[in-house]
Amino acid sequence: MTTKRIDLTPIKNFFAEHPGLKRNNLIMILQKVQELYGYLPEEVIDFISEEIKVPKAKIYGVATFYSQFRLEPQGKYVINICNGTACHVKGAPSLVDEVEGILGIKSGQTTPDGLFTLETVNCIGACGLAPAVVINDKIYGKVTPEKIAELVNQLKAGEK
Amino acid sequence: MDFIKKKKEVKVTIDKITGFVPEGSTILDAAKLLGVRIPTLCYDERLSISGACRLCSVEIKGNPNLVPACAYPVSDNMEVSTHSPKVMRSRKTIIELLLANHPQDCLICVRNGNCQLQDLAAEYGIREWRWLGEKRENPIDDSSVAIQRNPDKCILCGKCVKVCKEIQGVHALDFTKRGFNTVVLPAFNHPLSETVCILCGQCLLACPTAAITDKSYTKKVRTALEDPDIICTVQTAPAIRASIGEEFGMPAGSLLTGKLTTALKRVGFDLVFDTVFGADVAVMEEGHELIERIKNNGPFPMFTSCCPGWIKFMEHFYPEFIPNMSSCKSPQQITGALTKTYIAEKMNIDPEKIFNVSIMPCSAKKFEINRPEMMIDGKIKEIDAVLTTRELARLLRTYGINLPSLPKSDYDDPLGKTSGAGVIFGVTGGMMEAALRTVADVLSGKELKNIEYQPLRGYKGIKEGSVFIGDMELKFAVIHGLSNVRKILDKIKSGDLFYHFIEVMACPGGCVGGGGQPLTTDEEILKKRIAAIYQEDRAKPIRKAHDNPAIVQLYEEFLGEPMSPKSHIYLHTKYTPKTPKGI
Amino acid sequence: MSKMVTKCDDKVIKNPKTPCLNFVHYALGLKELQGKEKENADYLLEVYRKRPKEGCTLVYLCKGTSCLSSGEATLKDKFDEILEKENLTGKVQIMETGCRGFCEMGPLVEIFPAKIFYCQVKPEDVERIVKETILEGKIIDDLLFEGLADPDEIPFYKKQVRRVLENSGLIDAENINEAVANNAYKGLQKALELRPEDVINEVKKSGLRGRGGGGFPTGRKWEITRANKSDVKYLICNADEGDPGAFMDRSILESDPHKLIEGMIIAAYAIGANYGYVYVRAEYPLAVQRLTLAIQQAKQAGLLGKNILNSGFDFDLEIVQGAGAFVCGEETALIASIEGKRGMPSVKPPYPAQKGLFGKPTNVNNVETFANVPLILRNGADWFKEVGTENSTGTKIFALTGKVKHTGLVEVPMGITIREIVFDIGGGMPEGKEFKAVQTGGPSGGCIPAEYLDLPIDYESLKGIGAMMGSGGLVVLDNETCMVNFAKFFLTFTQEESCGKCIPCREGTKRMLEILERITKGQGELEDINRLETLATVIKSTSACGLGMSAPNPVLSTLKYFKEEYLAHIEDKKCPAGSCKYFISYHILPTCRGCTLCARVCPVNAISGERKQVHVIDQDKCIKCGQCYEKCPWNCIAKG
Repeated sequence: MTTKRIDLTPIKNFFAEHPGLKRNNLIMILQKVQELYGYLPEEVIDFISEEIKVPKAKIYGVATFYSQFRLEPQGKYVINICNGTACHVKGAPSLVDEVEGILGIKSGQTTPDGLFTLETVNCIGACGLAPAVVINDKIYGKVTPEKIAELVNQLKAGEK
Repeated sequence: MDFIKKKKEVKVTIDKITGFVPEGSTILDAAKLLGVRIPTLCYDERLSISGACRLCSVEIKGNPNLVPACAYPVSDNMEVSTHSPKVMRSRKTIIELLLANHPQDCLICVRNGNCQLQDLAAEYGIREWRWLGEKRENPIDDSSVAIQRNPDKCILCGKCVKVCKEIQGVHALDFTKRGFNTVVLPAFNHPLSETVCILCGQCLLACPTAAITDKSYTKKVRTALEDPDIICTVQTAPAIRASIGEEFGMPAGSLLTGKLTTALKRVGFDLVFDTVFGADVAVMEEGHELIERIKNNGPFPMFTSCCPGWIKFMEHFYPEFIPNMSSCKSPQQITGALTKTYIAEKMNIDPEKIFNVSIMPCSAKKFEINRPEMMIDGKIKEIDAVLTTRELARLLRTYGINLPSLPKSDYDDPLGKTSGAGVIFGVTGGMMEAALRTVADVLSGKELKNIEYQPLRGYKGIKEGSVFIGDMELKFAVIHGLSNVRKILDKIKSGDLFYHFIEVMACPGGCVGGGGQPLTTDEEILKKRIAAIYQEDRAKPIRKAHDNPAIVQLYEEFLGEPMSPKSHIYLHTKYTPKTPKGI
Repeated sequence: MSKMVTKCDDKVIKNPKTPCLNFVHYALGLKELQGKEKENADYLLEVYRKRPKEGCTLVYLCKGTSCLSSGEATLKDKFDEILEKENLTGKVQIMETGCRGFCEMGPLVEIFPAKIFYCQVKPEDVERIVKETILEGKIIDDLLFEGLADPDEIPFYKKQVRRVLENSGLIDAENINEAVANNAYKGLQKALELRPEDVINEVKKSGLRGRGGGGFPTGRKWEITRANKSDVKYLICNADEGDPGAFMDRSILESDPHKLIEGMIIAAYAIGANYGYVYVRAEYPLAVQRLTLAIQQAKQAGLLGKNILNSGFDFDLEIVQGAGAFVCGEETALIASIEGKRGMPSVKPPYPAQKGLFGKPTNVNNVETFANVPLILRNGADWFKEVGTENSTGTKIFALTGKVKHTGLVEVPMGITIREIVFDIGGGMPEGKEFKAVQTGGPSGGCIPAEYLDLPIDYESLKGIGAMMGSGGLVVLDNETCMVNFAKFFLTFTQEESCGKCIPCREGTKRMLEILERITKGQGELEDINRLETLATVIKSTSACGLGMSAPNPVLSTLKYFKEEYLAHIEDKKCPAGSCKYFISYHILPTCRGCTLCARVCPVNAISGERKQVHVIDQDKCIKCGQCYEKCPWNCIAKG
């Protein structure tokens, strides 16, 4: 979870460039927010709520209805560790532990620097490659704890 | 014989009963007129129609699908069947589906015996758990001191969302996510105590199940009662006497004033006082505050401050009006404060040994007592626990006390001697009428005989006009239901409207319709409670607060005069803007 | 284009974003041109109509999503390269178009005026095409579809009647010039000469019915909206196209957006609306892009906005994007979404025609419905009725997908049989597969088994057998498709997309799905069939909107025609199609040579055996991933 304070300048500029936005523009506004910030930060929703005079609970209700909207930031690298039966039996849990240890987050969370999101999924159908890990749509097979540590550290180094 | 159709009426036949109903009626409206009952869950005549639960589905001749009676308009010569085999099978399945996604803990649920889902299961003869499978799992929100949410018991009828939005203008809750995962939540799933919720409890009253309940403090009260070292005092709000009878099977509007007192004594309270006394004091304080403002030509409008839901609403949504609010505390807090100061002194009791309980029709009162301003010298809480009308009724039943059959007794002196003005605080328009009875006498210098202000009475959401007090034309507004107050406040801000004095009660009907009352949202029942309160006022020998000898004595012995420094210390308060900011 | 014509004016730079209004108005017959300008304009008109002057060749490259992903861009670069090398850049023009429909055989190259159709063209074929076909006029046989050069002779196209799709794949969707050269806005011109009531009558006469699935007579729908008096009315195009496997609307938007715009202007004129919305799902960025451009161009040409073509009629159009909710394809949910709310349907009545967007009378129609309108006004209702059946006139576009040789987008006359679509147009079943059924209408529809192969398709005939037309998705299923699993697939989708408002859909479909899941996992009970039918009846008759009302259809339809499959799953604990993983088991045959390859690849170490000895699979450990079956080089593992 990112703990940075959200910069409201992008959304403020958007409202300045589009005067007269009303409550029926809410979905379009939320799509713009997601475009600008990658997800819908609460602080931005607070700002919008005041601008178009729509209660926050209603905006939250609309945002959670549509599949497109994300309320949590996703990391630049999304690490999906397959936890289907084959992968599970072949050691997926130890991979999860390894990554949790390196990144300091639990499965389902994103690192504070916004780089990594760790998730587990139920069977991507690559059982012959068990245990399988998907990082940003690239599939890695027969992954060991050492291998995943190498992958993650490589990505981290590349970001420096 | 020809049926003579009145203008704009249509002929409709429901379950073989034929009648004429106004054009544009829904099937449900028509059924009511013809005396046919159709079950509903998500329908509420005060709220917009959603047609969500489909329980009211009925069969229309010529239509292969069933239609929702609450939403479908009648047309001429329509033939409706409300209990055909197809309808019954569908209704039963719908109820079974609800039960399949509901916790099976009726026996230990607070709504056991008073739950619409239970009623339906019984009515439709459900004898097995069908369609069992995945159940929702949502955490209970216990963060608030007044209201608790249990989303797993929610049947997603949407009434809480609608009431909060349409009647209260707060919109603290809404549907989130979708499909099977739908859950009613506050914004960003924050704990209720961290939202704009004003704790008025209207959602609770609307809820058919135990998805929204009030936090119970009965255990705390019983512990105090059972402690021989503690002096337990209790006060009763005006609304209780006209409502608690319903919890014992009595018709709405039964007045149980004397019996209520006896019941409380039998429960074991050492002193039984009346919040109405505090209301009389509030009349004195607030009345004189108004007179001062009239002398100083402002600030106007002055708002009444007895309703904690209204105060919290203003602090979140319209903090710019804080300077306009009367600084006077609510009758509950006044009575509490006086108990632990005036009475403690008079009766030589250590205030720290007093456990003060108030019986309230209100859920927000549970929040009010915990406000840091509501303390004596910043150390002792004025009130220690609030029990709602429902909680008291349950307590009486636990103790085997049958309220209706009790003999009458009096409240304890001196906080038990009251005027009719204080009693009408429980209904919309009552606060203002009570205050005007005193203010009018003061400003005119006479003892006016006409003390019933009819323009302030009645069920209209916004009552406004002017009354002549002395030689002054006082512009007033009386509002209940906070979505109504928004309309007025916006116009006051823009300068389109002006009032001197505005009474605001958050709950429709006033306190008699509060979140702690016997569960109903039926306007007819609320009107009966209101009528009972006005009846009590008429029966009282003293009907003006300033004529109450106990009040006179209080000021002589303790407070000095209204708005005195001592009054200000114990009976007046300040307000602060609250976050989150309300939109 | 500047390579083929000399510029009319050196100071003028025209690009698709700012179309040449002189050309557009000339093509519409609104303006006279003189001299060089007229020459150029006439020349261009002929080019766009695929009749270029002597010595010029047009090469059309299909740039629909499918062909794009199979390498259209590389082809174009190659063409540019070779044409430059051969010095042909003035004589040969590459035209990029949108979706020719023959998706399975892409990338497609079509050459005019010779009208030669090449398929599965690779970059290395380009040189041959230029040298042999363009320069020498020779046809390259191995690039033809089964030896047929003229696309109209290809079975895929032969039985199609491409009216709505007349321009699809044959014009550049990003250039209004090509559209107007090919009759765009001629229907509008005719409509504006009539009174709105007469426009409605013409559409009524044509018998056009809603193509989104409902089949409600379009003219009648417009009439009702027109009759509701209001100062403001709205027109909405439902381009949400949420059915998985349906891409008719996307194709129209990507290949001929002006047809939609024209249809909407005519409709707005007829009902008296001055503002319209096109609600497109967010997952269609290319469609949004092309439609945005088309609207921009139409505005500049005076075809949208105030006083359209000097008729005094104002109409403006806005695109609103969906945000990922299938239920927003339901008209009242769609309206709620445009109003910035959760996409939950509202009670009907009142219908949108009475009280719709922002409380005003609103008419909602599907993309394909609107796209038919210009044709009706241009060619007349009688022409429209020449094709189709008595109660279902005109054509229908289907997205033909699934287990069939040639998948793609097809437009056929109503009344055509399923056999013709699947076997003639679609080329029949792939090698070794048997036809089982087709599924129409996506998650709201039903399956049509082999016994109805000769059923003429129209709204009534399909309803009569428990199926529906739907919006156009047509999936072909073979003997390896498990109908129970198939129904479960659709119900899973509907359950996920349910808005959650009403109990029958929200709770009922969940319980139906749970029953199906048990059945496919070998835990079915005979009573489950009754349970499914009970729930289906209640959900169908009490749901609040079409999503719920039609969600049980795939289940009911498969129960009707393939009950034996359900019973096999429940009673025999078998999946006849061999598809449900739970019922599959792998056994090593006695012919096993003990090569140990399977044991090494098994992720759960379920296979044991010595080298050169027959191996054995421990069924309790086996997770049925099928890796051993894939790996065995000697076919010693049986699946069943």
